[in-house]
Amino acid sequence: MGRYVLRRLLQMIPVFIGTTLLIFLMVHALGDPIAARFGDKAPDPVVAAQIRAEFNLDKPLWLQYVLYFKGIFTGDFGTAFTGEPVIDLMARSWPVTLKLGLTAFVIEAVVGIALGLVSGLRRGRLTDTVAMAFTLIVISIPVFVLGFTLQYLLGVKWAVIRPTVSYGAPLNELILPGLVLASVSLAYVTRLTRTSVAENLRADYVRTAVAKGLPRRRVVTQHLLRNSLIPVVTFLGTDLGALMGGALVTETIFNIQGVGYNLMQGVRRQESATVVGFVTVLVIVYLVANLLVDLLYAVLDPRIRYA
Amino acid sequence: MTTTTEKSVNPQAGKAGTPLLEVRDLHVEFRTRDGVAKAVNGVNYSVSAGETLAVLGESGSGKSVTAQAIMGILDSPPGFVTQGQINFQGRDLLKLSEKERRRIRGAKMAMIFQDALSSLNPVLTVGYQLGEMFRVHQGMSRKDAKAKAIELMDRVRIPAARERVNDYPHQFSGGMRQRIMIAMALALEPDLIIADEPTTALDVTVQAQVMDLLAELQREYHMGLILITHDLGVVADVADKIAVMYAGRIVETAPVHELYKQPAHPYTRGLLDSIPRLDQKGQELYAIKGLPPNLLRIPSGCAFNPRCPMAQDVCRTDIPVLHPVTDSRGSACHFWKETLDG
Repeated sequence: MGRYVLRRLLQMIPVFIGTTLLIFLMVHALGDPIAARFGDKAPDPVVAAQIRAEFNLDKPLWLQYVLYFKGIFTGDFGTAFTGEPVIDLMARSWPVTLKLGLTAFVIEAVVGIALGLVSGLRRGRLTDTVAMAFTLIVISIPVFVLGFTLQYLLGVKWAVIRPTVSYGAPLNELILPGLVLASVSLAYVTRLTRTSVAENLRADYVRTAVAKGLPRRRVVTQHLLRNSLIPVVTFLGTDLGALMGGALVTETIFNIQGVGYNLMQGVRRQESATVVGFVTVLVIVYLVANLLVDLLYAVLDPRIRYA
Repeated sequence: MTTTTEKSVNPQAGKAGTPLLEVRDLHVEFRTRDGVAKAVNGVNYSVSAGETLAVLGESGSGKSVTAQAIMGILDSPPGFVTQGQINFQGRDLLKLSEKERRRIRGAKMAMIFQDALSSLNPVLTVGYQLGEMFRVHQGMSRKDAKAKAIELMDRVRIPAARERVNDYPHQFSGGMRQRIMIAMALALEPDLIIADEPTTALDVTVQAQVMDLLAELQREYHMGLILITHDLGVVADVADKIAVMYAGRIVETAPVHELYKQPAHPYTRGLLDSIPRLDQKGQELYAIKGLPPNLLRIPSGCAFNPRCPMAQDVCRTDIPVLHPVTDSRGSACHFWKETLDG
């Protein structure tokens, strides 16, 4: 097990180098960041040269990358064009996104599994039909439509919540954005759980559990649910990363200054330091989440053993 | 057509006392999208304490469905008991509430399933699954339940029980897994055990070991045993009496040795003739022609008539009752006398 984890951690190194390089090249391909900053006006050549020198933009691309990479190991992720070190930007926005992402994750896991379990157990009956119709609707509605609608209804028209999230993103204000962010995944979790539960309900070991005279509650929680959750956990794990990186739309609607918000700013300004920095951390979050899923797999299903 | 077997042979005749379990005129149907499948159509049988009843039949004959109805673990819907009684220790199980039936399941009657690998929960240790019986039915602590689980594993002769109690089902061999199933059924020393093809998934050598163990434990605890099988070889050594099922009915019932010596139903004869025998080496093996009937469209009259070498017109119109052949035997064939002599 320990060896396995170590091997997986070592595998992250080439992935890390590869992604940073890839993102670096892609940002470069976007065009000249200096020109982008000055808009229609031609930049003053002296100022432009000064900025180029400051951000190493005058050096060959490979050297830019090497210098950038060297910086990372000393904790220097470069500087945004605003003059703020990217590391500070990340320190400010990551906690916000983490809070939002985890809120969404908890909502999607708890509500999704509960709803999926209930419809799986009552497959074909009214509860199930309603739940399935509901998830289908949620999947079909684009996140921004749902976000703006709920923001308008709850925040503006009925004024039961603040329409935008205040600075520092307190947890109670993140519930609605979290729900919006979780919505589509929640629908998937519900459907996945339902299928898995309905399938396992017919399994021989469930019949055995019933034949043992166990109360239905115990049959469901101890025997049925644990087996049914194995595929759901895979989805939840990979989705954890997606929630962090994909919060852009939700963050924009509710004015949450998290990772997605800052990443978008970076892309607009073609700041390689900001974009590469944020994406790199996102990639690491993905990788770690995947590793955790694989480890959790072995806990849930003893037939899987890592060596 | 459902009253046919009502006042037929009482297989208990000659024995004292009421039987442990008595199934009377049991009907089970499955309401599917394609129609109603009549899986069990008026089954009667009984088992006394210490007795072994073998229920023999092809797949789809209703032998397992009857057992599931007795245990109360029928998939419902689509399965429904539509008629009959299941008297167990003086109570009709079909009249009990689900809660009362649950208390009986596992504690007073237990079931051993065919494929132990899929019948045991893959993600829980065998110790947990065994101990669960004591924790749920007797409110035992986790620790005490584990000690009991080890004791049970010893009882069914699983080597190194203490070390293996925390292992998972997939870490055991097929024979050992089936022993765990047996241990689980035995845990609360039930009065009745239903074994549904307990050795089908096992190697022949292991089959014998598991069967011997089951028979030994049954004797020791003086339990009633219903052994469901399609394997005539398994039956001969352990069963006291046999009920042969076809299309949801019992077509013949007899003490085991009498049935082997002289079958009174053409279907039973066909089954016996299709056992490979050493003294007929080199000859072509007999096989009953045709296929088991579709339960959605059971043939009129005797359900076996399309496959029966002795079928006459009456077989296609009248459902035969279970005629008493002797005090302890019955045959649901219009021509049971001819079959017996044949």
